[in-house]
Amino acid sequence: MTAPVPTAGAPRTAAAPETLLASEDMPPQSQITREIRDLHAATDAREAAGEPVPATLRDFAPYRSSILRHPTKNPRLVDPETIELLSPAFGQRDVARIESDLTLQHRGEPQGERITVEGRLLDSWGRPIANELVEVWQANAAGRYIHQRDQHPAPLDPHFTGAGRTVTDDQGRWKFTTIKPGPYPWKNHVNAWRPAHIHFSIFGSGFTQRIVTQMYFPGDPLFALDPIYNSIHRQRDRDALIATYDHDLTVPEFSMGYRWDIVVDGPDATWFEQDGEH
Amino acid sequence: MAATPPPAWGPRTLEPSAGQTVGPFFAFGLDYAKKHEVAFPHSPGAIVLGGTVYDGAGAPVPDAVVEIWGADSDGTIPRARGSRRRDDHTFTGFGRAFTDDDGRWELWTRNPGAARGKAPFFAALLFARGLPDKLHTRIYLPEDTEALAADRLLASLEPEERDTLIATRLADGGLRHDIRIQGDRETVFITF
Repeated sequence: MTAPVPTAGAPRTAAAPETLLASEDMPPQSQITREIRDLHAATDAREAAGEPVPATLRDFAPYRSSILRHPTKNPRLVDPETIELLSPAFGQRDVARIESDLTLQHRGEPQGERITVEGRLLDSWGRPIANELVEVWQANAAGRYIHQRDQHPAPLDPHFTGAGRTVTDDQGRWKFTTIKPGPYPWKNHVNAWRPAHIHFSIFGSGFTQRIVTQMYFPGDPLFALDPIYNSIHRQRDRDALIATYDHDLTVPEFSMGYRWDIVVDGPDATWFEQDGEH
Repeated sequence: MAATPPPAWGPRTLEPSAGQTVGPFFAFGLDYAKKHEVAFPHSPGAIVLGGTVYDGAGAPVPDAVVEIWGADSDGTIPRARGSRRRDDHTFTGFGRAFTDDDGRWELWTRNPGAARGKAPFFAALLFARGLPDKLHTRIYLPEDTEALAADRLLASLEPEERDTLIATRLADGGLRHDIRIQGDRETVFITF
């Protein structure tokens, strides 16, 4: 397919974003599930043949919005330069402690199942990463986002916004108190539902390690049906985004506890070499 | 990337967590006051860096996030905290912008200085609804043609690819830099 080039001097204006949310073909779930299965098999074969394949497939047509929003060329492998090996500095001055409790942002208690989610931010060698920013956002217990473009006819909760943030402590630990989000319907295909998830945005010790991902809940029946979750082609990588229910983190008569560790890639060995020069 | 870790580190023990799209509703999660004010607007040395994000059909992408991280004008890498709670004078080097309904993003920042004679650039990240994982790229300043010619990444590219990484200087001192996710003049993205 040859993509049309925007004409200089006559820029195309964008459609209002809410009109972009529905896919053009609206296929049935059975077709999406088949496409996912076929792409996973094809990707496994490429990998078995020795081709390096990223954990998340950007070219993943079952996620219809990705069709025009993935690069056709592979990213170029580069040696990171100094700026890319460091991260913006964050600290407690950037985030108030209360911002990690999503149930305290309004006058009343939000509806739903109160949970805590906690874990550690680690590098590839399992070393904790301290003082980095973790941002989260999510739907409410009914599966509705507070975002004005969310038209899902489930109730908004006047006591729940669904956004929070924290900075990791000296052991790389972070913790949020929130409400378990509900599954969320979207218009990728007919009867499309996202498994319940919390969006996470994470800074590592280097900008190369920056990651935005989603955390899921164990036992969700929607996993096999969801093209976004399945844009990660290896089962073990998908499993790694599912939190573990941990009864030791459950607070009697108050909240259910989940644990989830986030691992950022690297740091690259170059980080040490360049660090030594200063 | 290709570099081998020092033997003393031993093998990597953990697989990195896989990335996922920011989805359509990132705005209320990633928003904060003055997120695009890396430098205080109109302060000495402050410039506007901005552009449009396009998809593979040449249509503007109205739900993308662009993040930049860059050195200060003297080439030093900011270590000051406060990117998320601006004090209106500290330069922290990091900023974030959401595209508007016309796909346009912009930030106030400073021209990054050169590090050890290298071509100065902003490290940049792109996220969007429909983009399953982050994309890294660079935004080079156009002026130092000698340093640009010596840059290893740029030297490895075809001329039309190279052009996608170099910003255009505007008459008011600002920089324009469009990002094309797909198609003709597709921006060069990088991995490490």
